[in-house]
Amino acid sequence: MAEAHPVGFQWVVEAKRRGATIIHVDPRFTRTSALADVHVPIRAGSDIAFLGGLVNHVLSNDADFREYVVAYTNAANIVDSDFQDTEDLDGLFSGYDPESGHYDPTTWRYEPPEDPTSDEQELQQELEHEEHEGGSDGHAQAHLAAQSEARGSGGAAVPWKGRRDETLQHPRCVYQILKRHFSRYTPEMVQEVCGISPEQLRQVAESLVANSGRERTAAFCYAVGWTQHTTGAQMIRTASILQLLLGNIGRPGGGIMALRGHASIQGSTDIPTLFNILPGYLPMRHADQHQSLDQWLADDEGKAGFWGESRSYAVSLLKSYWGDAATPDNDFCFDYLPRVTGDHSSYTTVKAQIEGRCKGYFLVGENPAVGSANGKMQRLGLANLDWLVVRDLQMIESATFWKDGPEIETGELVTEEIGTEVFFLPAASHVEKAGSFTQTQRMLQWRDKAVEPPGDARSELQFYFQLGKRIRQKLAGSTDEMDRPLLDLTWDYPADELGDPEPETVLREINGTGPDGAALSAYTELKADGSTACGCWIYCGVYADETNMARRRKPHWEQNQVAPEWGWVWPANRRILYNRASAAPDGSPWSERKRYIWWDADEGKWTGDDVPDFIPDRSPDYVPEDGAKGPAAIRGTDPFIMQTDGKGWLFATVGLADGPMPTHYEPPESPLPNPLYQQQNNPTRRSLATASNPLNPSYTEVFPYVFTTYRLTEHHTAGGMSRTLPYLTELQPEPFCEVSPRLAAERGLEHLGWATIVTSRTAIEARVLVTDRVRSLRLGDRTIEQIGLPYHWGPNGLVPGDSPNDLVNVTMDPNVYIQDKVGTCDIRPGRRPRGSALTAYVEEYRRRAGVEETTTEGTQG
Amino acid sequence: MSFRERAMVPEPEFESYYGRPILKQPTWKTPDVPLYLFLGGLAGASAVLAEGAALTGRPALEKVARLAAAGGAAGGTVALVHDLGRPERFLNMLRVIKPTSPLSVGSFILAPFGALAGAAAASQVTGVLPRLGRLAGAGAAALGPPLATYTAALVANTAVPAWHEAHRELPFVFAGSGAQAAGGLAMMLVPTDQAGPARRMALGGAAVEILAAEGILKKGLVAEPYDQGRPGKLMKVARFATAAAAAATVVGGRSRVLSALAGATYLTASLATRFGVFEAGLESARDPKYVVVPQKERLARKQTGGAAAHTAG
Amino acid sequence: MSTPVESSLWGRLDDPAADAGYADHPKRKGFFTDTSVCIGCKACEVACKEWNQVPDDGFLLTGMSYDNSQQLGASTWRHVAFVEKPIDVPAPVDLGMPTIGSEDQGAVSGDAGVRWLMSSDVCKHCTHAACLDVCPTGALFRTEFGTVVVQPDVCNGCGYCVPACPYGVIDLRKEDGRAFKCTLCYDRLKDDQTPACAQACPTESIQFGDLDELHERADRRLAELHEKGVDVARLYGRDPEDGVGGDGAFFLLLDEPEVYGLPPDPVVTTRDIGSIWKHVGAAAGALVAVGVASFLGRRR
Ligand SMILES: Nc1nc2c(c(=O)[nH]1)N[C@H]1C(S)=C(S)[C@@H](COP(=O)(O)OP(=O)(O)OC[C@H]3O[C@@H](n4cnc5c(=O)[nH]c(N)nc54)[C@H](O)[C@@H]3O)O[C@H]1N2
Ligand SMILES: Nc1nc2c(c(=O)[nH]1)N[C@H]1C(S)=C(S)[C@@H](COP(=O)(O)OP(=O)(O)OC[C@H]3O[C@@H](n4cnc5c(=O)[nH]c(N)nc54)[C@H](O)[C@@H]3O)O[C@H]1N2
Ligand code: SF4
Ligand code: SF4
Ligand code: SF4
Ligand code: SF4
Ligand code: SF4
Ligand SMILES: [Mo]
Repeated sequence: MAEAHPVGFQWVVEAKRRGATIIHVDPRFTRTSALADVHVPIRAGSDIAFLGGLVNHVLSNDADFREYVVAYTNAANIVDSDFQDTEDLDGLFSGYDPESGHYDPTTWRYEPPEDPTSDEQELQQELEHEEHEGGSDGHAQAHLAAQSEARGSGGAAVPWKGRRDETLQHPRCVYQILKRHFSRYTPEMVQEVCGISPEQLRQVAESLVANSGRERTAAFCYAVGWTQHTTGAQMIRTASILQLLLGNIGRPGGGIMALRGHASIQGSTDIPTLFNILPGYLPMRHADQHQSLDQWLADDEGKAGFWGESRSYAVSLLKSYWGDAATPDNDFCFDYLPRVTGDHSSYTTVKAQIEGRCKGYFLVGENPAVGSANGKMQRLGLANLDWLVVRDLQMIESATFWKDGPEIETGELVTEEIGTEVFFLPAASHVEKAGSFTQTQRMLQWRDKAVEPPGDARSELQFYFQLGKRIRQKLAGSTDEMDRPLLDLTWDYPADELGDPEPETVLREINGTGPDGAALSAYTELKADGSTACGCWIYCGVYADETNMARRRKPHWEQNQVAPEWGWVWPANRRILYNRASAAPDGSPWSERKRYIWWDADEGKWTGDDVPDFIPDRSPDYVPEDGAKGPAAIRGTDPFIMQTDGKGWLFATVGLADGPMPTHYEPPESPLPNPLYQQQNNPTRRSLATASNPLNPSYTEVFPYVFTTYRLTEHHTAGGMSRTLPYLTELQPEPFCEVSPRLAAERGLEHLGWATIVTSRTAIEARVLVTDRVRSLRLGDRTIEQIGLPYHWGPNGLVPGDSPNDLVNVTMDPNVYIQDKVGTCDIRPGRRPRGSALTAYVEEYRRRAGVEETTTEGTQG
Repeated sequence: MSFRERAMVPEPEFESYYGRPILKQPTWKTPDVPLYLFLGGLAGASAVLAEGAALTGRPALEKVARLAAAGGAAGGTVALVHDLGRPERFLNMLRVIKPTSPLSVGSFILAPFGALAGAAAASQVTGVLPRLGRLAGAGAAALGPPLATYTAALVANTAVPAWHEAHRELPFVFAGSGAQAAGGLAMMLVPTDQAGPARRMALGGAAVEILAAEGILKKGLVAEPYDQGRPGKLMKVARFATAAAAAATVVGGRSRVLSALAGATYLTASLATRFGVFEAGLESARDPKYVVVPQKERLARKQTGGAAAHTAG
Repeated sequence: MSTPVESSLWGRLDDPAADAGYADHPKRKGFFTDTSVCIGCKACEVACKEWNQVPDDGFLLTGMSYDNSQQLGASTWRHVAFVEKPIDVPAPVDLGMPTIGSEDQGAVSGDAGVRWLMSSDVCKHCTHAACLDVCPTGALFRTEFGTVVVQPDVCNGCGYCVPACPYGVIDLRKEDGRAFKCTLCYDRLKDDQTPACAQACPTESIQFGDLDELHERADRRLAELHEKGVDVARLYGRDPEDGVGGDGAFFLLLDEPEVYGLPPDPVVTTRDIGSIWKHVGAAAGALVAVGVASFLGRRR
């Protein structure tokens, strides 16, 4: 965190000053470790085992915050009798289809209620019907379209709240299932998988437990050390389980903080640049599943919780897209929505480029030739396009691959034979345009323009607005139905003399307006009848009272501890989500020390420094009537209001592609067999079959070492913004790898000398830093060596170098299609072969390791 | 470097930051600055010699010494200006006079000395304005000893351990070395019958220098750079040459050849001393040991109230 | 220019600006750099260069941990040191001293533990600044804030300040010939702004302010750390009685100064200027004596 989020890390330092214990779990000793109280070195890719060990510690010592767990989580829920755990199936859950590599989650659901309501009966019949009809097709579709991510602001819908055993004794209650599931994650097992000693595990576990409960809270921060794995989503799930068990969610000083990446990467999931979701985490329309507005919304609509109002959000979105053209009669132009047919994620699209199925490509603020896994695949894709538009601040590798990419050197690509027409458009940087960033804490902060962009550089807003205008001009007068979605768009922003729209008008559009045209102030004001328009329901309120709330900059020392008047946080300027959980079920604070939001019985409302994340006047003893829907169905004691059952999920009955509970699988490339189960890898991981993406076989002598990739404070991701600047380049002037003294001795690597690092994809060279900060890990009776590779370099820039991403394979997490940042490799002293000798060198490695020509398509078991 | 490797070498006696210097190396260039030190000494002592010769009626000696004074000053000025990062701003030296800056003080010695010695030499050679020439010569003679010795203040008034810690001895080393150079040059160029004072001056200088240098070499760690490596070699050459020249002076008496040889050897010794002192300084700034160890000892002494303690490392 | 009085050449001096002749002047400004919270992000280095338009210092991978700027110099006015030290017996973790792994881990893998200290160094703006004392042109001067600044338009590149500085801070820029160092953002101070480096520091490792107030803060912080058992913590440059009369920029360190490349007991060279001149005088006298003696006696 100190390395990649130094500004955010100031608060960790502040917490430490106030007595917090900081624990850092990382394969390497980093700048974060240097400030931490404890550094826990871990084998890359093994975090589920480590976190599982902590869960096991909590459960087997009854160290959970029982009152919280019983009241606020689904620990008491009883799971369907057909459910089978990885314990029963040696690493698989029930419902796995080896052919498709997908799970059918039907058996993961809660046991149906004893006396179901009529709705619930209907649902049960539907589910059973689906099962008989081989419903896994539907699941496969849902998986491919990555629909689980459309839960960014809530959980997947469950058909019923199910039966509960609040004593937690029922053998099929979530609590007991969890206990059995994690009993395998013993301290000894953790050592064998992660290389973490039982003493250190105990130290971490005890410190975590001691800092949780009524009086204290503990927080988790993570970033891509967890996400970028074929089991990434489940790593975070494990942390969620731990935090729920310890009562650390919805409480001050608790929670799980995703440290996001690029300055507004949170913003670009809220108002997504992703293929599978629409603003506010509404699912992207699926071509088969969603033939009508009703079908599209069927999953969530009317369910308990705030997702139950999804029609209001969706209709308001359609109104903001198509304005007057969107009417109840035409389903508010629902049919204008583009549709997905499956996986259109980045890596899959690259494969489509290589196969000639994707012909044109926009690269806007992205440098995949360096930043994305398997650089060769990326470049081969780009080289096979008809046209490519690159908008960037710098002449990046993704714009120049056709003349100076590594494949030109090896002869795999020949400049004269590349047909891609590249358009390079200079872009205005963040200081050269105004706009908002949504950061890691869901906070929107407005930036003013500091300087004019140089030369022809323009903002994205200007570019897309003008592009849209020109396309619409070309289509003007068309009678083709196909052109209606474009022609009916509301596309009328006031712009300056350069054609650059006023960014605040866009923010206002996102905020939404009511029937009178005035800015709305809360998403609860949104209507399903078409009288409101809103570009992103969760952002509704950022322009309340016609004021740009994101631009508020009142210093924290001039307001209360929550500092609500700095920027604006979605939803509803609420700083801690699910903060109803900061009070006990009866509405009183768990402790005075940790009081945050509580029930004021006299006033009949929730109160505290933050905006309560609850229905403001819903009394703690409120019990919904049978058949209640939407917010009305939220019990006075159910803090997780976006979940249809109001509970924090220890066990995910739906929504995850790879199982209801986290399970340790080895990374796709691993030096050892999975010590926990027969099942070596995540059975639902998504692999890409192309000749340029061969995988190293696991546990081979040819690729004996683990490598992991990461960032340096001094550089930024693919380097376009840092390798081009002398002040940053001088601080980390060359690509390097970090190795332990033991590995250096084993392979004859010299400090500051050259090393060649090889995988089945290619070999790169880097200078060597021998350092005790990378340590050899002892797993059972073997020692694992890890190689650290900062991934910022490429052939362009002030000091060029090989790009570590050329080493990385593309195998993805099945929920969100992110690549794995770790792999196996060999390392040798000296520089790599040049030209075609390089290809031969790598070919020889592949031959020795017995790498198959191509890997099989899709997911595999 | 591998930390493992480092841990295997014997426990270092002091710690440092990757063996990096703590002090900045003086940016003064070789040969400019050591040459300047040498020429300053030569010129300053020569002015004294010239005035003595004038007073005692040794025209040949006077002429050589006057020219040496003027030439040394001119050459020294050239060397100094050449060494400046911005030679065109040499005159900025004369903006202020600061007693805390020997370079400032030195500028106010060098400038008038150069003018006076130049005038005296010019008058001597051309015969023009002989009185004023004599007056100028007397002035130069007065400024000569400060010119020959202030350069010791110049180097000693720095943080460079080998220079600063020798600030008591260096002025004498420089005075002696200057006398040697002036005497030596005269011994080479002046007929022996007039060179008596030159021989005595060189001999006297040699004695002063050797005594003072001995004092430095007794200083323990700070003396190390004067004793080891290239500066150590230069200092040894200087000592040996001084001794040889002195012996030759005493033994050789009035032999023209021996006298000239001895004179050249004095000059060599003086040059070697300047280069040796200069480079010893550079070396002591380069190796953090010379900063850390004595300073730690000093601290320890302070803490134990003066009781000698050796706690470095 | 006035001749400084003997007493202000070294020793305690509470008001260097007044000593330099400012009758009416703001309080002395300085830095307290608390290295125990430095995360080595180098934002200070970059901010300094950006604000002061200092050129880059070359692209060299040094292998000195993550420190590729190596030292303070004419083109590096802030320098972040990375002290990577193996430790054989890791300190117990609850001492607040970061260590890698537990003792057992180290024993299992055979690797030593490691400690990584980061510290951002800068010109000390000494109470008695040798650089300023020796500068023959007056290019270096004491500002009304008590700081020490070079005027590039006066500097003639004589280089005297370079070996004079007991901390090895100031240096000549090769391509340019003149001396450069931290100005404590003189221009920003005049506008009542915080220096760029302190402004950029995310963890408040660099604290800027009135020196007397910083002294108090530092003393409190030291006490706090000692209370937590971090006995290795110490202040450096805080003592107005030290060899330079105390630093305008002082530090909290977690190890011996020399480990960070700092001199353990720096002394302003001009503390000895009196003695130096005395010896120069005596030596000049000796030269005169040798000269006179050379002409005495028998004429040969
Ligand atoms: N200076 C700087 N800041 C940045 C960026 C940058 O490029 N430079 N990029 C921004 C972006 S886009 C992002 S996404 C964030 C990312 O922020 P981070 O996630 O912090 O970035 P990384 O350095 O990639 O990874 C963090 C750490 O994960 C460790 N790690 C690697 N594999 C594993 C593993 O299997 N398990 C565990 N526990 N740790 C592992 C690495 O050693 C590394 O120290 O940073 C943002 N901030
Ligand atoms: N092996 C490995 N690979 C990784 C990771 C890893 O940890 N390990 N991390 C991954 C992660 S988390 C990320 S986010 C990616 C990042 O990978 P990329 O997004 O491909 O890399 P960036 O260098 O951030 O690319 C951003 C580009 O946008 C340009 N830019 C900046 N501002 C603007 C603007 O306002 N407009 C336009 N048009 N352009 C602009 C910059 O100049 C830069 O070239 O890398 C991923 N790749
Ligand atoms: S670069 Fe910007 S976003 Fe990243 S830490 Fe620094 S201030 Fe924050
Ligand atoms: S640290 Fe050096 S450069 Fe800075 S004021 Fe002191 S003597 Fe001058
Ligand atoms: S180099 Fe410049 S600043 Fe330094 S002493 Fe000489 S004139 Fe003064
Ligand atoms: S005070 Fe100003 S000049 Fe000095 S280091 Fe900081 S930013 Fe640079
Ligand atoms: S900005 Fe602050 S935290 Fe970062 S390196 Fe500089 S002093 Fe350390
Ligand atoms: Mo990222």
